[in-house]
Amino acid sequence: MFEFILRRLLIAIPTILLISMFVFGMQKLLPGDPVLAMAGEERDPATIEMLREKYHLNDPIPQQYLYWITSAARGDLGISLRTQEPVTDLIGQKLPVTIQLAVMALIVALVIGIPAGVLSAYKKNTWIDWLSNIVALSGLSIPNFWLGIMLILLVSVRLGWLPASGYVSPWEDPLRSFQTMLMPAVVLGTGLAAALMRHTRSAMLGVLKSDYVRTARAKGLSERVVLIKHALRNALVPVVTVATLIFGELLGGAVLTEQIFTIPGFGKLVVDAVFSRDYAVVQGIVLCTAIAFIAMNLLADIAYRLLNPRMRNQ
Amino acid sequence: MKNPGKTLALAAAMAMMAHFAHATDLRIGLQEDPDVLDPDQSRTFVGRIVYASMCDKLVDITPDLKIVPMLATGWKWSDDGKALTMTLRDGVTFQDGTPFDAEAVKYNIERSKTFELSRRKSEVKSIESVDVVDPHTVTFNLAAPDATLLAQFADRSGMMLSPTAAEKEGADFGLHPVCAGPFKFAERVQQDKIVLEKYDGYYDADKIHFDKVIFRPIPDTTVRLANLRAGDLDMIERLAPTDLASVKADDKLATASAVSIGYQGITINTANTDRAKNPLGESKLVRQALSLAIDRDALNQVVFNGAFAPGNQPFPPTSPWYDKDFPLQPRDVEKAKALLKEAGYDKVSVEMQTSPSPQTQQVAQVIQAMAAEAGIDIKIVTKEFATMLKDQTAGDFQSTQVGWSGRVDPDGNIYGFVVTGAGLNDGHYSNPEVDKALSDARLSTDPETRKKSYDAAQAILMDELPIIYLYHPVWLWAYSAKLKGYTPYADGMIRLQNVSLEN
Repeated sequence: MFEFILRRLLIAIPTILLISMFVFGMQKLLPGDPVLAMAGEERDPATIEMLREKYHLNDPIPQQYLYWITSAARGDLGISLRTQEPVTDLIGQKLPVTIQLAVMALIVALVIGIPAGVLSAYKKNTWIDWLSNIVALSGLSIPNFWLGIMLILLVSVRLGWLPASGYVSPWEDPLRSFQTMLMPAVVLGTGLAAALMRHTRSAMLGVLKSDYVRTARAKGLSERVVLIKHALRNALVPVVTVATLIFGELLGGAVLTEQIFTIPGFGKLVVDAVFSRDYAVVQGIVLCTAIAFIAMNLLADIAYRLLNPRMRNQ
Repeated sequence: MKNPGKTLALAAAMAMMAHFAHATDLRIGLQEDPDVLDPDQSRTFVGRIVYASMCDKLVDITPDLKIVPMLATGWKWSDDGKALTMTLRDGVTFQDGTPFDAEAVKYNIERSKTFELSRRKSEVKSIESVDVVDPHTVTFNLAAPDATLLAQFADRSGMMLSPTAAEKEGADFGLHPVCAGPFKFAERVQQDKIVLEKYDGYYDADKIHFDKVIFRPIPDTTVRLANLRAGDLDMIERLAPTDLASVKADDKLATASAVSIGYQGITINTANTDRAKNPLGESKLVRQALSLAIDRDALNQVVFNGAFAPGNQPFPPTSPWYDKDFPLQPRDVEKAKALLKEAGYDKVSVEMQTSPSPQTQQVAQVIQAMAAEAGIDIKIVTKEFATMLKDQTAGDFQSTQVGWSGRVDPDGNIYGFVVTGAGLNDGHYSNPEVDKALSDARLSTDPETRKKSYDAAQAILMDELPIIYLYHPVWLWAYSAKLKGYTPYADGMIRLQNVSLEN
């Protein structure tokens, strides 16, 4: 197991390097001049020249990449051109917010998606199955921004139960933090629950037909034990894959949901950064997201091995 | 006194209530997240809204754009217009306790002029040197007369930063700004909030009735309004014109409005690269036809529910600088067709670039429909803003729909856009007579003399139309009905002096 983890970590290094090069190159292909985007409405020529010099924008692109990657290796991701804040500070500010939202959304998705998937597989072709499918499909097809605005209008404006937007750190005020994050987590989570439900359902259907389930039933085990202990555990492998991929994606930021509920996470930051051509910030976040994704994949592989002993020696 | 204990308890209770009555926060919803909070470096409109509470300026403006004292209590121009002497307010301190005096003013102007990252360099370019006459008198020596200088002092160039803090922080000043305004910087989380706290040493503290001001960037207009309705905000800027009616019908909310000093228009490429070689770029008659084909009132009704102000000049019709000899003309399709014919065309086809915001898209589509009836076929080219700006400066456009947020001094709305070689003249329009008139207008500090120069330029510009002006946005604020004393200003800023929140 240890060797496996080490090997995977070593592969991660060139992967991250490749991603960073790719993103750096793509950014430079964007049309528009970053300096014009930053110079302000007046577009003062002196300012423009100053900015080009200051941020090495006159140098060849490979050289610019070299500047960036060498300081990134030392832990310095540069400075946001828009606000002068160090990119590492910004990531430190946004990462906890993004993680909190991702975890809460994933919990919502798991709590809804897995039981619904198990139930609809078990009660295949009954009204429970159809109902779960309808709920899942609507979760998938209702756009986040619409559901978000509707929830704000209903829950915050009409009923006054939850704050309409904003963010409070859980260290500062856990209850308030939970309240502000609840609606965004529900909006994000319900959409993801649908995918989880579909995957759980199809995996469960496969497993329920298998011989060992029949054996378990023949042994006289209760349906509950058969379902949860024998069937679900095996059906979880593909579900874990989907869940970790979803989580990795959530760590990249949820642009629309963050925008609607004004949550200061990665999504909002990266969109603003792209539009203002704030290269250092985009690079920093992409790097961070890539690392998170790779870590998630590694965790998924470890989880497979825990769920299925046969995979441990592979 | 029969029962001193009871009286004391009552007094204590009253004192506590009084305390609660004073512990008020004001929460304001902004449309964007401001950039760096250093007045010398920043460039966003919303940043200036934050400064209005944090950084007092040498001078301020009245709602009708007259320059009035702020940190400077009086000023006088020398006879040759090359020296401006200001008397400074006594007893003012920066939010870190540093006294505000003539040395501080000198330091600030020098920072704006020489600080590597300063974006104010061109605004204070005319100042050659600053003399400290005595602790409360300062003289600005100019290379040449500059009538726009006072208006610059009413904006970011006139904001005074604490020299102690600026010296210590350098380029990082924007992370912990220290100025001389009513509220001091407390905290900022990007894309989330900017928190300011009352500065107890403020010289005009009587007029300030909040302990904290919290600015929250909420870009979506619907969501911003929902937050106000839910009571999570007390005030929002830039209410959507389409929401105005429903807000007015809500008795828990109130609104305020002011015609902005900015404009929206179509800039024509008249000489910037070969792309200018098209009927619109080459013939003023075609441009006149396009202008006549547009029904500016209908445009305003369709896109902005009639809330904005139609216009045809760089200054709104309500401005003292507006040239009344060229009033708004009603749409005249027949005359537009006749002008096209006179230019030698039956039909022309022209490209217009616009940014992707829903509003500018709608404006472009309405113009497209109107122009088509006069025989002008407009092809709308949508570009993301940074790209559009690049193509505009590079001359890769035929016409472009752009706005300008406006400046207090008339010079700021016109000079840079039409004078030969000026920084914002993307169409490379050039006319020596216009150059001369607009340069003359900079030299005199007498409003009447200046008005004559602007009118002389206007007479040519209205004929040649390098920019076809469309409308002037109207700033719309919505706020809780409990908020009292708010005065709207044409510059779109939120000034909190005398504003209070009732319980």
